[in-house]
Amino acid sequence: MAPLDQILGRRTGAVLLALALAFPLGADWLGQGFYVDLAARIMIFALAASSLNLVMGFGGMVCFGHAAFLGIGAYTVAILMDAGVDAAWIAWPAATAVAALAAWLIGVVSLRTRGVYFIMITLAFAQMLYYVFVSLNAYGGDDGMPLAARSALPFGLDASSDLTFYYVVLAILAGAMWLMQRLVNARFGRALQAIRENETRMEAIGYPVFRIKLAAFVIAGGAAGLAGALVANQAGMVSPGLMYWTQSGSLMIMVILGGVGYLYGGVVGAALLLVAEEYLSGLTLYWQLPLGILLLAAVLYARNGALSLPARWRHG
Amino acid sequence: MSTVIESALNGVQFGLMLSLLAAGLTLVFGIMDMINLAHGSLYMFGAYLTAALVEPTGSFLLAMLVALLATAALGMLLETTVLRTLYQRDHLSQVLATFALILIGNEVVRMIWGPQPRRLALPELFSGPVDLAGIQYPSYRLLVIGVGLAVALLLYLVVARTRVGMWVRAGASNREMATVMGVDIKRLFTLVFGLGALLCAVAGALLGPLLSVQVGMGESILILAFVVVVIGGIGSIRGALAGSLMVGMVDTVGRTLVPGALGTVFSPSVASNLGPTLASILIYVLMAAVLFWKPQGLFPARG
Repeated sequence: MAPLDQILGRRTGAVLLALALAFPLGADWLGQGFYVDLAARIMIFALAASSLNLVMGFGGMVCFGHAAFLGIGAYTVAILMDAGVDAAWIAWPAATAVAALAAWLIGVVSLRTRGVYFIMITLAFAQMLYYVFVSLNAYGGDDGMPLAARSALPFGLDASSDLTFYYVVLAILAGAMWLMQRLVNARFGRALQAIRENETRMEAIGYPVFRIKLAAFVIAGGAAGLAGALVANQAGMVSPGLMYWTQSGSLMIMVILGGVGYLYGGVVGAALLLVAEEYLSGLTLYWQLPLGILLLAAVLYARNGALSLPARWRHG
Repeated sequence: MSTVIESALNGVQFGLMLSLLAAGLTLVFGIMDMINLAHGSLYMFGAYLTAALVEPTGSFLLAMLVALLATAALGMLLETTVLRTLYQRDHLSQVLATFALILIGNEVVRMIWGPQPRRLALPELFSGPVDLAGIQYPSYRLLVIGVGLAVALLLYLVVARTRVGMWVRAGASNREMATVMGVDIKRLFTLVFGLGALLCAVAGALLGPLLSVQVGMGESILILAFVVVVIGGIGSIRGALAGSLMVGMVDTVGRTLVPGALGTVFSPSVASNLGPTLASILIYVLMAAVLFWKPQGLFPARG
């Protein structure tokens, strides 16, 4: 586990931010504008994976149903748009709030269990929601539903431009990462990490263990809901597949790949997985074979994710 | 009434097949504390191999037997090469590694047998229905129930009555103590893994003609098997059997009864909309409820 905060915190953040800011210029210069879209997708999933990292990495709660909140956020935007509300400043906070509310309800029940049982009960709730949305024929059922357009951005920004959308997503991700960095280093975050290490002791000292865990779960659920709102906007559609268990699994893979409990674990993991998928699927029809081998190699050789490597190299 | 009995029989049949997967899963989980997502891949492999061998061997039984042995061998090979290195690692590493194995397994199957689902024909002898006190029931499904019961009984006898079974139980309830008492956990585990793979192949071969044999078939059933294991209590064979029957029953009977039951309360349009949803959700509600009241599952193996 990462010793609290200092691992690659601010410096990595600054480097990543500079890279992300310059990226569209570089891609444009190389005539690879297509990659701006991929990069936006990576940042959206970086937000979702980072929110999972908050509960899983810093809180020690392995949630196998995190995609449920992603899906709820996406559907909130789609349903609001269907009802005629297309302003981003209403729809996106609404997506965050609805997902946070769902996380609160699910958390109250699930956090009574621990370990493998917690994994399974969160999975159960996500699957229930999946089947509910599959059956909502008014909203496309199994096939999902298309969005009429992207949410309308304030200040006259044009959301239909991929470049504008890219920078909006970047601003949101950067803001979220800044907040997360503040959060995990605040009293609340320290308590959360201490609970991960020794729950019984924290209970004995008098910390409201259940409330702290629930709060982290709700914050993460809300953030995933916001990511879901962005997913819906980028893809131009929503479908129940967004909350299927394989999607939760893929968010988990991102966090594990990047580094569980590292501030930027989710970001790095999302980038690694999506770039690998993109690259390999262009290379061969059977791209999941090399992807599987890569992931297996990652488990065997980068034990705690990519971000654990620099420290291991430094210490030999 | 006859549809209820028929779907109850289908429930038992599906539950017994689930128990074959759940048994291996729960032992791996219980003894080595290892989450193996790739368990479903062995089931897929067993089904594909049976489907591929039916034609050259000309016999379902022969194809199945070869598939069983090959899958068991593959399971043991997998255990000694890859999975063994994962026992000492945390659950998350195991999740990532075995997820990688799923991708590899699916792609290898796709490369060998192509992307199209394969048809596995019913064995000739069991293609017709039988008359069960006035109900026409497919004889093949009855065969599956019979084999499922026989295997479950055999497994129970092995675990409860034999020396190897004693080691397994010792390993499941306290691995350290079992090792201290002289159980060769390493060898035992290769054995358990082979047995688990064999059971997967039995389920895969038998369910092949009923469901379609396709890439990804392992994942959907894996989730159900995990639900079963958690409901039954991790590491408990008895729990796996009880949980399987409950899940198989609730899932299958729910699909028949729920829409009708809703129709008596709500309007037909609401019922037809809500029915399938509720039926699909039922097993997850069951799991959430069981964990709510019994957080360790119904038959916890560890005291």
